[in-house]
Amino acid sequence: MSDGNLAPGRDGRRFDFEALIHEEKVHRSLYTDPDIFALELTRVFGATWVYLAHESQIPKPFDFFQTKLGLRPIIVTRDGKNEIHALYNRCTHRGATVCRQAKGSTRSFRCPYHGWTYSISGELAGVPWREGYARDHKEEGQFNLAQVPRVESYRGFIFGTLNLEAAPLIEHLAGVRKPIDDWLDRHPGGKVAVCEANRMKFKGNWKLAYDNSADGYHVIFSHRSLLMMENRFSPDDEKGMSFYKQHPDDGPIRVHYYGNGHHFKDKRPTLANHPGAMWQIEGKHPGMEGYEAELREKYGDDADFYLDLAAGIPMNINVFPNLLILGNHIQVLEPLSYTETATTWYGTAVVDEENELNGAVDAINALRMRTQEQFPLFGEVDDLTNFEEIQVGLGAEEDPWVYMDRGLGLPDRFTEKDGVITGPATDEVFMREYMKHYKKLMMANPTLSISRGGSD
Amino acid sequence: MVTAPANPSETSHYITDAYYTDLVKVFADWDDSAQLSHDTVVQQRAQAMLYQEARYLDQGKFKEWLDLFAPECAYWIPGSWERGDPRREITFAFHDRRQLEDRVYRLETGYAWSQHPASRTNRLVSNIEVFQTNRSDVFMIRSNFNMTEFLNGELRPWVGYAVHRVQQTGEGTFKILAKQVNLINCDQNIRNPSVTL
Ligand code: FES
Ligand SMILES: [Fe+2]
Repeated sequence: MSDGNLAPGRDGRRFDFEALIHEEKVHRSLYTDPDIFALELTRVFGATWVYLAHESQIPKPFDFFQTKLGLRPIIVTRDGKNEIHALYNRCTHRGATVCRQAKGSTRSFRCPYHGWTYSISGELAGVPWREGYARDHKEEGQFNLAQVPRVESYRGFIFGTLNLEAAPLIEHLAGVRKPIDDWLDRHPGGKVAVCEANRMKFKGNWKLAYDNSADGYHVIFSHRSLLMMENRFSPDDEKGMSFYKQHPDDGPIRVHYYGNGHHFKDKRPTLANHPGAMWQIEGKHPGMEGYEAELREKYGDDADFYLDLAAGIPMNINVFPNLLILGNHIQVLEPLSYTETATTWYGTAVVDEENELNGAVDAINALRMRTQEQFPLFGEVDDLTNFEEIQVGLGAEEDPWVYMDRGLGLPDRFTEKDGVITGPATDEVFMREYMKHYKKLMMANPTLSISRGGSD
Repeated sequence: MVTAPANPSETSHYITDAYYTDLVKVFADWDDSAQLSHDTVVQQRAQAMLYQEARYLDQGKFKEWLDLFAPECAYWIPGSWERGDPRREITFAFHDRRQLEDRVYRLETGYAWSQHPASRTNRLVSNIEVFQTNRSDVFMIRSNFNMTEFLNGELRPWVGYAVHRVQQTGEGTFKILAKQVNLINCDQNIRNPSVTL
């Protein structure tokens, strides 16, 4: 490979990703090198579509919600014409943030430092004492807030990229749209509303969480305490993630790789084929017996359908690099540094505008809040600990390889159809494939750009 | 037919819509200074209970800690500073009796990696105020806490105020009907939230 293909770091460093990423293993520096992280902030969190927010977080005109694109502070806004923008939260005067509230509703953002004011769509609307300037900043588009030049939504999920050459979002998502559709379509109106979250962070690289996102191999080990807890009343019970017991690769769970780093672990085939089957395998949650009895009395057989809406659906849909839809959660990964990551598990609620659920929606959501809280509190914490311990282990320089070869080279383990690779529950094929995509991104060097909104 | 009363350690029948409604209501407007109790016996009893609770938790005596709660109880850590309604919002934690026992069971399996080895904790409890309610045997106790957790070679702070809704029992002690823990950083991303507050 010519030196021109090597990716740059500080002090003239060059990274040869062909040497760092092999099919069976990747080098520790992907997790431990701050220069590689710095490159990721443009080549991944910049050059490809990144999840920003959900439309239900800015339901009305003039609503806003703060998020990040990599480390860039972003305000996602809905303007008066219902158009969605992803504005840089960075005053064009001297750089202060113009918005300091996590979310809300406003006609304009006024910078607290010298009072420059911007509209909800980012246009500069006012500069105090402008007679003191030789120019009219408002006439020049360059003083509007910077914004992410491409913002597109798929069924409520808002993504942005700084890469004008990127394929349209819908093409980029490709096959992973199908599980997202399935996940949404079980709800009335085919949608959900995002609510508060279980918010955690860990001292480890963000990819440790993405590596784990479709990992069926860790479940009975990392989550052993949760599995024991969920089945403590009757050891033969098949609550929670019990379907990983014994030999999960002989069972019906499949992992699918769709390209562009996206994958999906489908645990739905483990469900019995009748309404109420999802509710049946839920662990024990506050209020479940009382609410269930009430729903059954009021709605008879329909109650099973309603109870399934309160249960987590056994799907893990992972949209590279930062959106993990699992159970009823929308989990968002946010890299904080090469060795620290925030992971926010937004809950989702059922919305029933047409009263398709005959008044059951409030009871469903009261149960659904509780079913969603259990895994972050009693399951994810153990994974996060293991991620942190990997980061510690990777401090060992002389032993640099991280292996992901489970399934590799075994005959008849995978099928490939219409560009989708499918393998058994515990296979690491999804890691190998997403790492190939990551390598491609890290070796490419597309032009990133911003826009300055309407007056461009 | 007479059915045996449900055992809240095994089934959760008492957490109903009416229970939530009442819980949200009694945790909304309780801290009116005019309702402060000046009964020193009640104040001492409240202080003794909070100190005992802090000690049990610091000592990892979780079974003893559970015994401080009434059979039908709630343990609520809101996920937002405005607290919200747990029926419509994800909380930091919302446990009924059974899930409190789940929490303790999990910690004692020996496989809860987030608490393996277990955190060492040290709790300071202060600013204790007891408020009367419209029931003569039920009080709301507000206290500040400052807990330091030692985990993985590091000290980590947990700070906020707790509100205990307690009922006086015949034996002159309190049972906790509901405990609300308000972390000053409840709406932030927190590292390893597996310690018990
Ligand atoms: S930095 Fe915003 S007005 Fe000066
Ligand atoms: Fe896990």
